[in-house]
Amino acid sequence: MGNLFNNYEEACAIILFGIGFTTLLLHRNMIKKIIGFSMMDSAIYLFLAAKGYIAGRKAPIVVSVSVTALMLALTVRLYRRYHTLDIDEITMQARREEA
Amino acid sequence: MQLWQNLPFAMILLPLASASLTSILKGKAARRAALTVITLVTLMAAALVIFMQGYGQSYTFMMGHFPAPWGNEIRAGMLEAVTALCFALVMLFSVMGGLRDIEHDILPDRQNLYFVMCELTTAALMAQVFTNDVFTGYVFLEIMTIAACALISARTKGRTLVAATRYMIMNLVGSGLFLLGLTLLYDLTGHLLMSNIQEKIIALSATGKYQQPLTMVIALVTIGLGIKSALFPFHTWVPDAYSSSTPTSSAILSSLISKGYIFLLIKFYYRVFGLREVVNAQVEDVLLVFGAAGAVIGSVLAIRQLDIRRMIAYSSVAQIGYIYMAIGLGTQSGMTAALFQLMAHAICKSLLFIATGGLCAASGEKRGFTSLRGAAYRNPVAGAAFVVGAFSMIGIPFLSGFVVKLAYAEAAVLWGGPRMITVLAVLAISTMLNAIYFGRTVVTLFRLSEEKIAQQQKWHSGPCFAVACAALSLLTFALGLAADPVLAAIRSGLEMFS
Repeated sequence: MGNLFNNYEEACAIILFGIGFTTLLLHRNMIKKIIGFSMMDSAIYLFLAAKGYIAGRKAPIVVSVSVTALMLALTVRLYRRYHTLDIDEITMQARREEA
Repeated sequence: MQLWQNLPFAMILLPLASASLTSILKGKAARRAALTVITLVTLMAAALVIFMQGYGQSYTFMMGHFPAPWGNEIRAGMLEAVTALCFALVMLFSVMGGLRDIEHDILPDRQNLYFVMCELTTAALMAQVFTNDVFTGYVFLEIMTIAACALISARTKGRTLVAATRYMIMNLVGSGLFLLGLTLLYDLTGHLLMSNIQEKIIALSATGKYQQPLTMVIALVTIGLGIKSALFPFHTWVPDAYSSSTPTSSAILSSLISKGYIFLLIKFYYRVFGLREVVNAQVEDVLLVFGAAGAVIGSVLAIRQLDIRRMIAYSSVAQIGYIYMAIGLGTQSGMTAALFQLMAHAICKSLLFIATGGLCAASGEKRGFTSLRGAAYRNPVAGAAFVVGAFSMIGIPFLSGFVVKLAYAEAAVLWGGPRMITVLAVLAISTMLNAIYFGRTVVTLFRLSEEKIAQQQKWHSGPCFAVACAALSLLTFALGLAADPVLAAIRSGLEMFS
């Protein structure tokens, strides 16, 4: 227990990672999924920052921004085509379209 | 330092640089540029294999001659060279074989971007094969994921958008876990270069400290890459992604992108953690169980499909399970079998997807088995290629699939005990299941009454398609007939690896 409080930054990062992870996996709304993903990635940077800065650590933020942009672009295309943000609803509609 | 040692660097940089150039070219020119670049990469990989044979050991290449904390390293050995050659060849023929479908499926003004993505995937694959830096590995892994998403959603018809979204969600989960594993690893060891990390890990395990975090890191990296490469319980995104996209994309996704992740995982096991550490953490047992389950359940699900592309997609799940099962043996011979299967399956699956593209095109773009009846008479080239691929999947002698099964049985018998029984049982069951669904498909493709055969309209998919089918079929035969040099190269490569 004491260790948990001494390393509160890391503990916090892992909790945030968990929240982001479950949101990304379990939420049906696309935008909330993307928020979950951003949280998950930010939690990792928090973890990295808590462990101290070392050279060569700048790259991941760039990756995460581009992935968020890509996901948002996909969401826009999905919304234009299916008029909803609910991934289950979208899957249902896509299946009906095919049949 | 000899001149040829720059080859791996050139193999990464050339497609990367040309990708940015290709984005401003028009469709036809972009196609030519991409094919030229991929051919060049293939030639360089072949040259590297030849030079490597003479050189006889691995070497590291410091980019810009900057030492560890600032610079970045790549490393090449026999295994890297052979894998790069295999990946480049499959890439080349997958793109060539699907050109007609690319023209048909993708909006004309976006076609150059499709070739950009092909080049980016090539660069990312080469980087993952050659990198000696875990973080570079991660960055290129993300580039590959993004490129793969674009490859899936490039086709505007069908449910590609949904498939791409589901692909992205699962892959982001995988990347997140992988990155968390890397972060913890960095925290434990304080290094990013694979060789330095391994030194630290050996020192750590000698003291017996931090064993739990280390197990956690191994688990996170394994699960992260497992999700990304469609290991059995995480395979849900596979059928949509492989079946709705254009044939080239399906071929690249199933035979290259998932294999790139698996190669990275094997690299982590050997070069970062050390195989002994992985076996001590008992991650291998988990992989064996999930791999074996995937090999059987993937095949069972494949039997139930009515759509030929979905059937091949599920067969991919089964074959990926196979690879993980061999990794799960945790022995040198198991890894050799896994790596051979990785290459054999890469070639065979792209052959099947490309051939299926031709068969479907000859049947009015329909994928159901009822519409495909007699398709082999309409498009004989595709029919013959599909037969070669299907027979190799079943494991008919003289084809690569047979050697794979032989190598598996050998690796299992060398190990003995319950693992041997598991692997042999899975081999027997999955061979039978493979024979059922691939046999059924081949029969469907050729089933037509005598008088109807003459009436069938012939369909020609063009010379590029024929060349790609012939080349991939030849490679399947070559791996089956002359497997020994390849197996020897893998073995010597694995020795250079650790």
